[in-house]
Amino acid sequence: MDLDAVLLARIQFAFTVSFHIIFPSFTIGLAAFIATLLVRWRITGEERFQRLAKFWTKIFAVSFAMGVVSGIVLSYQFGTNWAGFSKVTGNVLGPLIGYEVLTAFFLEASFLGIMLFGWNRVSPNLHVLSAVLVAIGTSLSAFWILAANSWMHTPAGHEIRDGIAYPLDWFAIIFNPSFPYRFAHMFTAAYLTTSIVVLAVGARYLVQKRFEEEARTMVRMGLGMVAILAPLQLVIGDMHGLNTKEYQPAKLAAMEAHWNSNEPADFILFALPNKEQNGNDYEIKVPIPGLASFVITHDFSGTFKGLNDFKPEDRPPVAPVFFAFRVMVGLGMLMILMGAVGAYLWVRGTLFESNSYFKLVQHTWPMGFIAILAGWWVTETGRQPWLATGILRTYDAVSPAITFNAVLTTLILFVIVYTIVFSMGVYYINRLIDKGPSGAAKDPPRGQPTRPLSAAEDAAREAIIGAN
Amino acid sequence: MVEMASGEAMATWLPIIWIGLLGAAVALYVVLDGFDLGIGILFPFSPEEQDRDVMMNSVAPFWDGNETWLILGGGGLFVAFPMAYGIIMSGFYLPVIIMLLALVFRGVAFEYRWVSKPHHRWWDIAFAGGSITAAFMQGIILGGLLHGLPVKDGHFSGGMLDWLQPFPIFVGLATVAGYALLGTTWLIMRTEGEVAAEAREQAPKLLLAVLAAMTIVSLWTPLSEPRIWDRWFTLPNLFYLAPIPILTALAAFTVWRGLANHHDNAPFFGTVALFLLGFAGLAISTLPYVVPPTITIWDAAAAPSSQLFMLIGTVALLPVILGYTAFVYWTFRGKVKPGEGYH
Repeated sequence: MDLDAVLLARIQFAFTVSFHIIFPSFTIGLAAFIATLLVRWRITGEERFQRLAKFWTKIFAVSFAMGVVSGIVLSYQFGTNWAGFSKVTGNVLGPLIGYEVLTAFFLEASFLGIMLFGWNRVSPNLHVLSAVLVAIGTSLSAFWILAANSWMHTPAGHEIRDGIAYPLDWFAIIFNPSFPYRFAHMFTAAYLTTSIVVLAVGARYLVQKRFEEEARTMVRMGLGMVAILAPLQLVIGDMHGLNTKEYQPAKLAAMEAHWNSNEPADFILFALPNKEQNGNDYEIKVPIPGLASFVITHDFSGTFKGLNDFKPEDRPPVAPVFFAFRVMVGLGMLMILMGAVGAYLWVRGTLFESNSYFKLVQHTWPMGFIAILAGWWVTETGRQPWLATGILRTYDAVSPAITFNAVLTTLILFVIVYTIVFSMGVYYINRLIDKGPSGAAKDPPRGQPTRPLSAAEDAAREAIIGAN
Repeated sequence: MVEMASGEAMATWLPIIWIGLLGAAVALYVVLDGFDLGIGILFPFSPEEQDRDVMMNSVAPFWDGNETWLILGGGGLFVAFPMAYGIIMSGFYLPVIIMLLALVFRGVAFEYRWVSKPHHRWWDIAFAGGSITAAFMQGIILGGLLHGLPVKDGHFSGGMLDWLQPFPIFVGLATVAGYALLGTTWLIMRTEGEVAAEAREQAPKLLLAVLAAMTIVSLWTPLSEPRIWDRWFTLPNLFYLAPIPILTALAAFTVWRGLANHHDNAPFFGTVALFLLGFAGLAISTLPYVVPPTITIWDAAAAPSSQLFMLIGTVALLPVILGYTAFVYWTFRGKVKPGEGYH
């Protein structure tokens, strides 16, 4: 594969994996939310919980479908474009992905069938159990895939023979140095993202004065989660950063656009990293000397490795990592603010008295998704030029036989197909949200005549749509 | 010394166990996703919306679980035979990616078709087109693999369009017909009224097409590949392997009689048997090569410790998976009624 083809293959993977991660980020949290609603319904007997569960289940189904189909693509792309990766890391990463399929994919896919279609087929408790199992499945899936991904960042428990990684200690492979932090960070991010969506949808209904009983439940549950998780995420992110400092110092230097390791670093708000000059242009700093050093080393005069400590060919691209990190952190701060203001109003007892908070909050639903994408771009771009740190460079991981034209053709196909599927998916989800939860209380119609006259067919269609 | 000997035994036996497991996963995939892809292939022949609703609902609770076997097939190949995985995926680069994109369309159609009603025409087309394309590409990959792939230094060394040959294309068409047959017999078993009646009309024609295709493949492969000829038509193999064609004929007869006597279940299970026997036949033609004609299962095997680690989990989890998969099928047993669904 020539260099241009490698670049295209990277763009293709970045595109398909970025597209994919949007849906698990949402469905991991949403599955848990629906399961919680159903459990509360069984305990309290209050119908609004069931209505909400049915409503969100429809949105879950659309999102989950997009997640499944875009995920299948990934499991094959390791081989189509990245045969070198399969060959070098297959012994280690193959089983982790295998365990993901066996423990998670089958569980969620099978019980999703019961969760979606089993309302009248199984007992309510078994139905709730299915929803819980789907939620467990999505979490297990995150566990395994993040173990695999973390190993690529901070490999452990293996040895290299003839350029190929062989497993020595599976526990060390799974619980590699960055895994606990990455897992906690991503898992919290997924719950946070879903909580923000739930909160925003509740806010939207309150502003529109529709479904107010359900909306208040959504706002309370969503806001409660955001108020707790957003600050917690800051702490977890900080711990993850310390881990990065230890194991991937070049990535951390790129995140801060930090070049010189001899002096304490100020906190840079904006800069244009300049790799020819080994420095930054147009720096705007927070006027507290050594703030970045304090964030990273917890000491204002502390020092940490700068980009100049690494040979140019061992450095990640600085600008994308630097900017994506700022987007993520900035959004995280806004989430903390949103949670704190909401919690303050809630404690004061005035949360539902005025709409001005909700008017703003109803538009915040994309925040979590953007922050997650930005975070992944930080960590994945920051790992470059390595695919598996110290083991395999990205340029050595591609399939040798794949040609420029083949990658270009498939890249164009992916972009077209995903754009159609994604925009229609977002449109349909928005329509489902617009329609709202109330009708979900009705049962779907059953036992229509097998062969209706064409007039009756319209009636049947009305009945089916009406049930939404 | 004991340890070394057991290490050698592992390196010999683990790939054999794994190719067996992988074969079982792929066979399950072909049968399970086969019938729900078949529903999509049959869509163009049932233009009525109400009929299509019933057809789709007959597979809606299962399709996601069914497709997970495809991930297990791909993932299992990656786990157990990473080199073969790399070769096959690059060798069938375009068919694999087109298949995946087709599966994207038909997968989301399961949800989009309902939420877009009454403007669901495009998702009907996506569902049918995606199912047909995915089936066709799977056949192309199968046919191309039987034919063999050129390999150099553990990587695929052929061209991007090598699969564009008469034989893979023929197998692709045969796969579409085969899945459609699975689809019709599934509908006979799981639906009633108009949908089932239509399926009963389509099934015999599809059965004849599938039998013709199986016969042609059974002649074409040994005549074009000497190694396959030797496998089947030398003594004593000829006697050992004779049950395969005999059982295939029996399975075909079961389907035919089931259709003629208006049995609900016999045609489907007969077709499943037909598929499994065909699959066994292809395995016999190919083994011990995982990438014919050069890479054996031992050449491509992952490290024994990787295969063992995964095997432990598989042996523990596969029965559980099969258990709850059976539970899901049991939950949704019986005939599908129009209007049933959660939408």
